[in-house]
Amino acid sequence: MSRAEAVRKVSPLWTFGLFRSELLTTFRRWRTLALLGVLAAVPVLVGVAVRIETGDGSSAGGGGGPAFISQVTNNGLFLVFTALAATLPFFLPMAVGVVAGDALAGEASAGTLRYLLVAPAGRSRLLLTKYATVMAFCLVATLVVALSALTVGAVLFPLGDLTTISGTRISFTEGLARALLIALVVAVSLIGVAALGLFVSTLTSSGIAAMATTVGLLITVPILDQIPQLHALHPYLFSHYWLSFADLMREPVHWDDLTKNLGLQAVYAAVFGSAAWARFTAKDITA
Amino acid sequence: MGEASATEPDGADDGVIVTRALSKRYRGGQLAVDGLRLTVPAGSVFGFLGPNGSGKTTTIRMLMGLIEPTSGTAHVLGRPMPRSARAVLPHVGALIEGPALYGFLSGRDNLLRYDAADPTADPRTRRTRVAAALDRVGLTAAAGKKAKAYSLGMKQRLGLAAALLQPRRLLVLDEPTNGLDPQGMREIRTLIRELASDGTTVFLSSHLLDEIEQVCTHAAVMTRGRLITQGPVADLSAGARGRLVVTTPDPADAARVLKELGVADVVVADDRVTGEAPERDLAEVNAALVTAGVRVRGFGVERASLEDAFVALTGEGFDVAG
Ligand SMILES: Nc1ncnc2c1ncn2[C@@H]1O[C@H](COP(=O)(O)OP(=O)(O)OP(=O)(O)O)[C@@H](O)[C@H]1O
Ligand SMILES: [Mg+2]
Repeated sequence: MSRAEAVRKVSPLWTFGLFRSELLTTFRRWRTLALLGVLAAVPVLVGVAVRIETGDGSSAGGGGGPAFISQVTNNGLFLVFTALAATLPFFLPMAVGVVAGDALAGEASAGTLRYLLVAPAGRSRLLLTKYATVMAFCLVATLVVALSALTVGAVLFPLGDLTTISGTRISFTEGLARALLIALVVAVSLIGVAALGLFVSTLTSSGIAAMATTVGLLITVPILDQIPQLHALHPYLFSHYWLSFADLMREPVHWDDLTKNLGLQAVYAAVFGSAAWARFTAKDITA
Repeated sequence: MGEASATEPDGADDGVIVTRALSKRYRGGQLAVDGLRLTVPAGSVFGFLGPNGSGKTTTIRMLMGLIEPTSGTAHVLGRPMPRSARAVLPHVGALIEGPALYGFLSGRDNLLRYDAADPTADPRTRRTRVAAALDRVGLTAAAGKKAKAYSLGMKQRLGLAAALLQPRRLLVLDEPTNGLDPQGMREIRTLIRELASDGTTVFLSSHLLDEIEQVCTHAAVMTRGRLITQGPVADLSAGARGRLVVTTPDPADAARVLKELGVADVVVADDRVTGEAPERDLAEVNAALVTAGVRVRGFGVERASLEDAFVALTGEGFDVAG
């Protein structure tokens, strides 16, 4: 072969293009849309239930139920906090676990993975793109809950200044800012699950198996977190500090558990991210 | 990875695909490919033949960097695989073990997605190139339909279109006409010839021997993970000798004369006497028959087909080797 031909130029925006394609593909799956639909429905159910229960003027919850629920009747903005507290233990991580677990295993079982790899997307780049997309899904899923809750709260209940857990009053605008901050913290809390799900996704060529394993872990870990004998293990479970986001509604904010949560999520991302990378870059793709 | 030429000499620049002692053992399995020494000349249409389970797809997966060889080396476009995958694969279009598509996306969106995965594909020309590829495989009218609603042949065509999104120097096609109607098969064959005449090397695995015979310039035959033979198609079918056929009302006499002349494997069936075509001049054989008083109605050599060569080489019945 004397025909010396230069290697084709790599388009500088390529990684961005792949990420965009990945986002489009993920958010056009009916499964993704169904999960987001369920998440959007939770605040509607909670809001309507509170509204019906308090129709006679009594206050909601009576001390039980998700955090902040007793405040919802006074201020619709509290529905945002209530809905996030209600979905964070299960619905949100389940949705993230399904999307992350399916990310590579689903492509492997459909056979599309081999065509992405011979395109050639590059294994590390593809994994990074998948990672970024799952993170984006964490954010979108959380925002869907928050926005749905805000809308329902505004329709069913009065809005206005609000009282923090510490008893101080803050303006509605500041309350909105706190709500946004809380949504971001909740989204970040899901990173550990996302990393775990993506790692599981590199282990198998069956999308269903990966999704089932990830969701199984999600059910098991909070149970472990309740067993007193496993006390030493608790600070390392990804769900341990999840509800610390409520500390953002204190005045002043308690940062202690919040920072522990962020640190723990970063550790999960690093550990399982590296494990996924080691596995995926060395794997035989035969499906 | 260097940005140098993809064809830099690397001790193996005499073929588009060069493998040396290439072997693959799947985890917990037997040797799927065993010491493969394959050389695919530039510009050839190379047929890769073998019964089911003989290791064709395994070889292709190693060439495309999808699986790691257990031992041995593979060079594609002069560069080692899988190490140079990022430099080599943009020049290679591939269809491996049938097409794989996103069922919930339209045919066009499937191609847009695969094109986005190619780092060398220019996003500005993406839509035009996708449209051209769709047109080339005759799918323009069905481009907007969801891929899950495609028929087997339409999926196969879309898979081919994905391999044709960019000008390629090598096309690796694993059973490309699988599931196509006769019309589609002919179109694909025409397409392959067209591409080959533009200088693209085509590496084509197939079970359909007449297909290989029609389009391929070179071929290789595998069984049980081993390469039995490779070379120009004409040489391969010549390797299996043709048969001498004599049609005569005196078959017994003809058979005796042929045996005396040293023709092996003489078989008599009614008025047809056949035997292995002898080395000696056929005119002499004919003269000897006539001299011996055999009345000859017909005399000639039936050329062996690639199928005869294939059966002679693989010597296999219908059963898949375990
Ligand atoms: N993923 C795998 N794991 C283990 N063994 C495998 C795997 N894929 C293939 N094999 C084995 O490797 C051998 C070669 O298979 P391969 O798919 O390469 O054959 P092939 O020539 O492509 O066959 P076909 O004509 O049926 O497509 C077979 O014995 C098969 O059982
Ligand atoms: Mg095969």
